[in-house]
Amino acid sequence: MASSQRQTEGTAGAPFVSIRSLDKFYGSFKALADINLDVARGEFVSFLGPSGCGKTTLLRAIAGLDRQSSGSIAIGGRDVSQAPPSERDFGIVFQSYALFPNLTIAENIGYGLVNRRRPRDEITARVQELLAMVGLPGQAGKYPAQLSGGQQQRVALARALATSPGLLLLDEPLSALDAQVRIRLREEIREVQKRLGVTTFMVTHDQEEALSMADRIVVMNHGVIEQIGTPEEIYRAPSTPFVADFIGRINLLPGVLREAGRVEVAERVFSCPASSDLAPGSKIEVGIRPEAIRVRGVSGNEANAVRVRIHDLEFLGAFCRALLAVEARPDLHLVADFSANLMRDLALAEGMVIPVELPVEALRLFPARSAA
Amino acid sequence: MNESFARPLVRESTIANALVATLIVTLILMIGWPLWALLSKSLQDGTGAFIGLANFRTYFSTPSMVAALVNSLWVAALTTTIVVPLAFVYAYALTRSRMPGKGLFTALALLPIFAPSLLSAISLIYLFGNQGFLKELLLGHSIYGPIGIVFAESCYCFPHAVMIIATGLRLADGRLYEVAEALGTRPSRVFFTITLPGVRYAAISAAFVVFTLVITDFGIPKVIGGQFSVLATDAYKQIVGQQNFEMGAVVGLVLLVPAILAFFVDRHIQKRQVALLSARAVPYEPKPAPGRDLALTLFCLAIASVLVAMLGMAIWASFIRYWPYNLSLTLANYEFENFEPGAWGPYLTSLKMAGLVAVLGTALIFTGAYLVEKTKVAAPLRGIAHFLAMLPMAVPGLVLGLGYVFFINTKGSPFGVLYGTLAVLVINTVAHFYTVGHITATTALKQIDPEFEAVSSSLKVPFWVTFRRVTMPISMPAILDIAVYMFVNAMTTISAVIFLYGPATKLASISVIHMDESGATAPAAAMATCIVLTAIAAKLIHLVMDKLVFERLQAWRRR
Amino acid sequence: MKSRLFQGASLCVAALSVFASAALAQTRTKLTAYTALENDQLPPFKAAIEAAVPDVEIVWVRDSTGVITARFLAEKDNPRADLVIGLAATSTLLFEKMNLLESYSPTGADKLRPAFRDGAGDYTWTGTAAILAVVCYNTVEAKKANAVAPVSWDDLTKADFKGKVVMPHPASSGTGYLQVAAWLQLMGEEKGWAFMDKLHDNVAVYTHSGSAPCVQAAKGERMVGIGFDMRGAREKTNGAPIDLIVPKEGVGWDVETTAIVKGTKNLAAAKKVADWTATKGANELFSKYSAIVAHPEVKNAPPNYPAEAEGKLVKNDFAWMAAERDRILKEWVKRYESKAQPK
Repeated sequence: MASSQRQTEGTAGAPFVSIRSLDKFYGSFKALADINLDVARGEFVSFLGPSGCGKTTLLRAIAGLDRQSSGSIAIGGRDVSQAPPSERDFGIVFQSYALFPNLTIAENIGYGLVNRRRPRDEITARVQELLAMVGLPGQAGKYPAQLSGGQQQRVALARALATSPGLLLLDEPLSALDAQVRIRLREEIREVQKRLGVTTFMVTHDQEEALSMADRIVVMNHGVIEQIGTPEEIYRAPSTPFVADFIGRINLLPGVLREAGRVEVAERVFSCPASSDLAPGSKIEVGIRPEAIRVRGVSGNEANAVRVRIHDLEFLGAFCRALLAVEARPDLHLVADFSANLMRDLALAEGMVIPVELPVEALRLFPARSAA
Repeated sequence: MNESFARPLVRESTIANALVATLIVTLILMIGWPLWALLSKSLQDGTGAFIGLANFRTYFSTPSMVAALVNSLWVAALTTTIVVPLAFVYAYALTRSRMPGKGLFTALALLPIFAPSLLSAISLIYLFGNQGFLKELLLGHSIYGPIGIVFAESCYCFPHAVMIIATGLRLADGRLYEVAEALGTRPSRVFFTITLPGVRYAAISAAFVVFTLVITDFGIPKVIGGQFSVLATDAYKQIVGQQNFEMGAVVGLVLLVPAILAFFVDRHIQKRQVALLSARAVPYEPKPAPGRDLALTLFCLAIASVLVAMLGMAIWASFIRYWPYNLSLTLANYEFENFEPGAWGPYLTSLKMAGLVAVLGTALIFTGAYLVEKTKVAAPLRGIAHFLAMLPMAVPGLVLGLGYVFFINTKGSPFGVLYGTLAVLVINTVAHFYTVGHITATTALKQIDPEFEAVSSSLKVPFWVTFRRVTMPISMPAILDIAVYMFVNAMTTISAVIFLYGPATKLASISVIHMDESGATAPAAAMATCIVLTAIAAKLIHLVMDKLVFERLQAWRRR
Repeated sequence: MKSRLFQGASLCVAALSVFASAALAQTRTKLTAYTALENDQLPPFKAAIEAAVPDVEIVWVRDSTGVITARFLAEKDNPRADLVIGLAATSTLLFEKMNLLESYSPTGADKLRPAFRDGAGDYTWTGTAAILAVVCYNTVEAKKANAVAPVSWDDLTKADFKGKVVMPHPASSGTGYLQVAAWLQLMGEEKGWAFMDKLHDNVAVYTHSGSAPCVQAAKGERMVGIGFDMRGAREKTNGAPIDLIVPKEGVGWDVETTAIVKGTKNLAAAKKVADWTATKGANELFSKYSAIVAHPEVKNAPPNYPAEAEGKLVKNDFAWMAAERDRILKEWVKRYESKAQPK
């Protein structure tokens, strides 16, 4: 059931959430620009981007907490663009937990149920069920301040899900937690989400979180969507230098596209994947991820081989991050990740000059950014 | 699930907007309109015809009135220059020394807040009056007049100045001092390069507050001013004595000028003060320095003794049979039926009024602050409501009282029925002290997670339910703070209500003025003593409640 | 059992009577009376009036003569008072001239002393008691300063009393105005103002109320107080070391009056109260607080009251006092208030 719901846009049925041409201004500042997004029922979508990119603004617009300036939002086929939050159908979890401190855990979870005039027994049963679901049985009578941060966030999740909303909104739900708790909780949230099949939006600035939890990631920057795709698509095929740089690390070298499959960087021509949408002669940036730079078994005669000097080695535990200077052009730097094995086998050390290969299939071409 | 999509008959945002609009109308009626009435009255003649600035020309060409203005200005300036340095040293001792008994000294410094301003003036008459036992200290000068006014005002304003400056001193970043020490800076240089600049804004703010308090205070010059006329007594004389409303309005507007000036300077200063302390600052921990601590302790002891004496003298005098010829003790001065037509009535009226102000005022202020701060209302409405809530800060009580007189007493005013009622006293007093309550409420509300309302609306719980179930219980300490503040001020206030009381609604503080006017100083002191004790009792009950009741009721605060 | 029954019954009766008196209280007519009477007079006066006219409840609005007068005039288009009780004749005469008073002669008013009856035109006001200004002289303070007791008004301008004299402000206090008017009538305008110019040099403060000067003298706060006669006598009785001096030229006086406000909604009740003020019983009450009252048969010598005072009353022209009040006060304010700052 859960995997069948990993639908992407264009697949069967109308989208559950549909956002069209959404703009949001704060005075003259454009916080969101022309946002278009379709999300299928049951999907887990993460809004990822640096702070100030508009991801929270987008989430609050979906919730109706901050009304958009123009554009439309439909949830479950119903246009809710002008509806207040209480007439949309969602549960929400905030970074701050936002638990009511003077109410017990049970009262917090049952907060939305009480208002619906459900029978007391039904509420109690539902609260127990939710407490069990988030792994906090027996804590019903405590107050929020008596729980740890992770426990509080579980309560917040239970409260958001209590009324069985069609949509779950998570606003940086894990950012206030310790690293270990964070990892455990993200698995739990993902599991609960899959089990209930509730369509979910999560705002995060943590790429790891987004990659590990989401069905699809919406990468945002400066109020616009840079790319929408599955975690793999985003990582393997970033569509902009920004996405490439924000998700993982990437070396970006300025160059010029000579012809399809040939690119010139630092007075040298390299082979590269044929790109259809870039015209020969246009300025580009060539990207390669640090872990894609090959060292082992490179003779120096390969098409994309370069001789580099190991300028600096930074020990990071399982691997070393190396700063490499191109021998022919010492001002041109590359960052590469060397595994501990590799380090040992080749006895790599600072100051050594070695040949490395930039594999053709690992190179990404981007149109050159004007300002950056 | 479909029920949850149903659009309710009236949307929450509509209700919130309507409530804020109601709040705005209420505040306009309570604050805006009376001020407008004052302004327009100053431009009219006795028959209500518009005469432009003629009243102002008359004012500034009448020597006695200009003299009162000049007197007010220099007395306020002199009081300010005396109070601010003393308050600075006192606050410095409270925050930057290891002086023993800081809690007690703080409490003693705050004593004058619980008394009507004129209490210190009554004490001064007993101490330095022509029959005062410390009269010789004045070297033949009379306490009646500027000396007495400045002395009494200094006591009255002292707690306000200490509180403001101490707050400024507490904001210090301890790291700056550690750096200075590490660099081997001389203490005097540390004081002039770190301490003083840090507290500069607080000191300026305190100076303006003191200046405004003095220039608009009515009780002290009334009791001890003698023939030395000041703006506040002039306004009273024009309105009450001669029923010259137009000239009274002019005096009111003249009083408004320094107050409004102070208000805007203060706001400007507070904006700059914000940036002074970064979130990473470390609180300053004073190092032991026996010499400094001893000197500061002696200083605080001296000041606190004066403040206690100013309170204690009046209390003692209220038990004396016939000053100065028969010093035996008696309760006769508390038999108010012999001195005051209402007997104990004014005191009971004051209690009733203060109680109503505390309950109704706090309800209005807190609900209003909540609506402005926490609900989704149109931005212009929010702005207007906030402005109106901040306005009373700039309006001295005397001026507001005058505004009410004109507002209510104009021929054909729909509010004429309020004339002299308890209702108008309550409304006026709530308006008078609105701002501090509003700031307290807003500050408390800002500390509450801003997402509570978002969570509630996602759970389809209307904001008023969350207000009742969550926001109000959490804010109970702040709500009590506001209630006690309103109660104490309603008990001690004079300047606004002196123009508004009616035959059945005379207040204790007004009765003090009247008894003193007819020469019954000891019963006046007795009534003032009742006010002080009531105000202090209210504060003590508040403290006890905070300690005992809340620890039990608010179990959720404990970890 | 029997006693229980009895208890129950008496409880019922008690409850009924409480209910009845509450009901009675509700049906009583509230009369607002503007007054300048002394504070301590108000409760007994209220009690006496309500005893004599049971369907009336008196609500006092009390302030100094000048204040109450100004307030009454300010409200003349929309009067809030039903009656004035114990307000100086100079004020009620002014009201009469402005046609603000109801024409009514209380039953028995014709038996009162002539000076206490409205003499000219429509009969609107009835006198109750006389108020006099006397000099309260603190003998203890005088001895300390080696001062000689004054016997005439001129004595008060001597250097002995510099900064030691206190008198009421005539604009706010009835006692103040009646004495200023007395000086002007005694000495004539020119000499009267010249005298006050000299006296002003010795005056420490002009008080708001007419009682305050004798109280301050009694406490030794000031040496000499020109003020309300009965207050002086009472302070002396209470043990104050003061003498009440009646200067040989004569003292100022005025008559406290009762009148009904034109346009009152409670005319019938107000008339009953006015009738009461002319009764002998009422005058006996007045005489507890005043040495000279309206009813010729009521005589009273309060303890420590100077016996010679009645013989030393200046010849008062009430009509002049009322007509010239505004002018005199303006002149006074001009002379003494604009240079009122003592050095």
